Amino acid sequence: MRYRLHINGATRQVEVPAEMPLLWVLRNELGLVGTKYGCGKGFCGSCTVHVNGAARRSCQLPVGSVGDAQIHTIEHIGSTATGAKLQAAWLKIDVMQCGYCQAGQIMSACALLGQAARPSDEQINSAMAGNICRCACYNRIRSAIRIAAGMEEESGHVA
Amino acid sequence: MSPEAPAMLDRRAVLKASLLAGGGLALEALIPLPASALEAMGERSSAAALSAFVSIAPDGTVTIVAKNPEIGQGVKTSLPMMVAEELDCDWSQVRIAQADLDSKRYGEQSAGGSTSTPKNWLPMRQTGAAARAMLVQAAAHEWKVAAGEIATARGRLFHQASGRSLGYGEVASRAAALTPPDLGSVPLKRPDEFTIIGRPVVGIDSARIVRGEPIFGIDTRLPGMLYAIYQVAPAHGGRLVKADTDAAMRSPGVRYVLPIRGNGDADTGLADGVAIVATNWWLAEQARSKLQVEWNLSAAKGHSSTEYRAKANAAIDAGAGGDLRLDGDPSRKLAAAAKRIAARYDYPFIAHAPMEPQNCTARYRDGHLEVWAPTQTPQRGLEALQRALGLAPESVTLHLTRAGGGFGRRLMNDYVLQVAAIAMAVPGVPVQLLWSREDDIRRDYYRPGGWHHFEAGISAQGELIAFSDHFVTFGDGTTPARAAAFNASMPPAGLIQDLRYRQSMIPTVVTTGALRAPGSNALCFASQSFLDEVAQAAGTDLPRLMLGLLGTRREIPGRDNAAVFDTGRARDVIERVMQTSNWSGSTPQSGRAKGFAFYFSHRGYFAEVVDASVARGEVAVHKVWVAGDIGSQIVNPLGAENQVRGAVIDGLAQALTGQAIEFVDGVVQQSNFNDFPLARMPMAPEIDIAWVRSDRPPTGLGEPALPPVIPALTNAIYSATGQRVRSLPVRLSA
Repeated sequence: MRYRLHINGATRQVEVPAEMPLLWVLRNELGLVGTKYGCGKGFCGSCTVHVNGAARRSCQLPVGSVGDAQIHTIEHIGSTATGAKLQAAWLKIDVMQCGYCQAGQIMSACALLGQAARPSDEQINSAMAGNICRCACYNRIRSAIRIAAGMEEESGHVA
Repeated sequence: MSPEAPAMLDRRAVLKASLLAGGGLALEALIPLPASALEAMGERSSAAALSAFVSIAPDGTVTIVAKNPEIGQGVKTSLPMMVAEELDCDWSQVRIAQADLDSKRYGEQSAGGSTSTPKNWLPMRQTGAAARAMLVQAAAHEWKVAAGEIATARGRLFHQASGRSLGYGEVASRAAALTPPDLGSVPLKRPDEFTIIGRPVVGIDSARIVRGEPIFGIDTRLPGMLYAIYQVAPAHGGRLVKADTDAAMRSPGVRYVLPIRGNGDADTGLADGVAIVATNWWLAEQARSKLQVEWNLSAAKGHSSTEYRAKANAAIDAGAGGDLRLDGDPSRKLAAAAKRIAARYDYPFIAHAPMEPQNCTARYRDGHLEVWAPTQTPQRGLEALQRALGLAPESVTLHLTRAGGGFGRRLMNDYVLQVAAIAMAVPGVPVQLLWSREDDIRRDYYRPGGWHHFEAGISAQGELIAFSDHFVTFGDGTTPARAAAFNASMPPAGLIQDLRYRQSMIPTVVTTGALRAPGSNALCFASQSFLDEVAQAAGTDLPRLMLGLLGTRREIPGRDNAAVFDTGRARDVIERVMQTSNWSGSTPQSGRAKGFAFYFSHRGYFAEVVDASVARGEVAVHKVWVAGDIGSQIVNPLGAENQVRGAVIDGLAQALTGQAIEFVDGVVQQSNFNDFPLARMPMAPEIDIAWVRSDRPPTGLGEPALPPVIPALTNAIYSATGQRVRSLPVRLSA
């Protein structure tokens, strides 16, 4: 099947089966490798993208169901105000260890801040619970979200 | 000169200076590590050499080669920091270039065992200092002044008397013509002069990571590349009998279906399998269900978790096995003790599950294999390619990619062999092999399970006077399986007179391997939990029992190549965590309490306290206090604290999320993160870290913070509920 997809503000054409998850269209057909494969079952959140602004697991999203929706990936997120703030906060306290899951983490965090500009700790925990970080950088992910939301000053010490 | 220098130096160190193409100084050091230095760190290897490469371009850009694999432990940043510190340049001038595998040029290139920091601490700094000395000498010639009159700072040279100054780049070409100084005699900075080491430095790849740039092995893309899966036998040790590939071949996008006979070594060799190679990985994965393969699974019959458990208990009941260590006469002391306690502990196999599933990319053409590999041990990968596939090392080019986590899984190179076998079957076609998460969970080199039967004797005065542990592990009866060995130096060995460590083995077809803090991650749980029982029975608590056992400050030599154990350093971290956690001021409430544990592993001393509560069988961890001694210097505090927090949460997850790999006739029963769960954000507690600085050279931090947190947690659960956790993962009655 031939699909016209709206990805990161551009229209991209692919010819793939309708059941192919968006993740594999991005990674193997379009060269957008920032979105990561972690489990293929929607358990880990490494493949999180935005579909019309909402965080979605792209490994669970058949390309045939995407239609005219606007897709945004980690490659694009820095050109949004919230995405840029999150990237800056991530670097300010150097959130990551191996870094593999961080694209998915940032995409989930960005969707969270789109819904709650000043999220509570409970909101952060709940919105981010679907994203596994095997290196367990969770304390810093929480802090970086709070920094990006203007709720926490970087103090050089992350609890 | 630092006091640790002579032990680490070797006269055969080679330092070569040359002119960079386009001008500037290139300096390379190849430094053999003497066996004595490695032995002091508890390593057997004696042929290791280290290298350091630094160059300074005419525009002042400093390029430092990162030779070791980066798996998230931060060495791609922290080792260059050591060079840059002594070079006395500004960190913003530094660029880092990832090296390919080239043993002749770079010496040892590996990541594992928390060894990068202790091995490189001196050579990296010496190389930076040598480059600085050459730049100073070049400026001295330029200005016709004595080298001693020249100072450096932030990549510039200053002659205060005349007010002149030059950038490093301006004299770099001139320096390239000089004879390099003797590596052992270049002066090194005092720690109070450090401007880069000890400061928080953001990881060198972090900016690329947050932008989603291609940086991991799985991101490798080559023109015309195809994607592959590799289907292996459902049970460990299974062999391929025959494969019907027709249906899979007709599946959309599939280009090749390749039955591959391994070399009969399913452990470090190439396992039998069937590769499906397609235009898109998902299409290859879809075709998997169409494969019709007959496997011979007879080798795995009876290799089931229930049978392993029955055999272990039978071995303990029979008092089977042999002594690993026998000090004094523990049987007599036990019989004579005023109080005796005994308990059995066990823990399951667990998987590594790094977030980036196993993958590797290769292209074979004109008899040459080019590989892009996220591996912790590229040199071993090269050896395995020769052994399993007959590829001479000179016929292989191996590029190191960043790895999305290692935790010990990527010490093994099975995926390298698999993709090489596939690439050799389709010459000229680049292939990326990617395992599904199910492949990863079902074909790991697992942390092996183990069983312990402990006995302790306590005197009327409340002293531990006899101790024994009968350990049942996996192995062929002579040698334990990989990462299944005991540690005969484990406390309280060396701290009491009468002690026995005994071992029996169960054969297994399951592949086992090192998982973060191998050995220690499990031994610490069992031994520090049982010592907590000893402390209760003796009317004290575990930190006080440990302080009493440790006694005066002294060094105890390790057995079987184990590192020297310094009781003073152990005392210091225990006392520190008792302070930071307000141990003595806390009284357990019903349902909420603190627990303590200590361990020494990978040259690091860690004492940890966990504050946990239990309600209706559910455990919540509120806070963890860590006191650690990894020597005189934390190289990069930003990275160091991340390693500690990660290790602590990793350990909590091993205990609390239900992690266990189980087998039925060699078939793994778990498959993905639904049935092999990892830590998630809501369970991450606040973690307080206190560094205890001793006067020893810095050691590594990938592993030693993990082991104590598990028994500190289970000891807290006991204090809070009276339920003693003697089996992992934690399962409490509601």
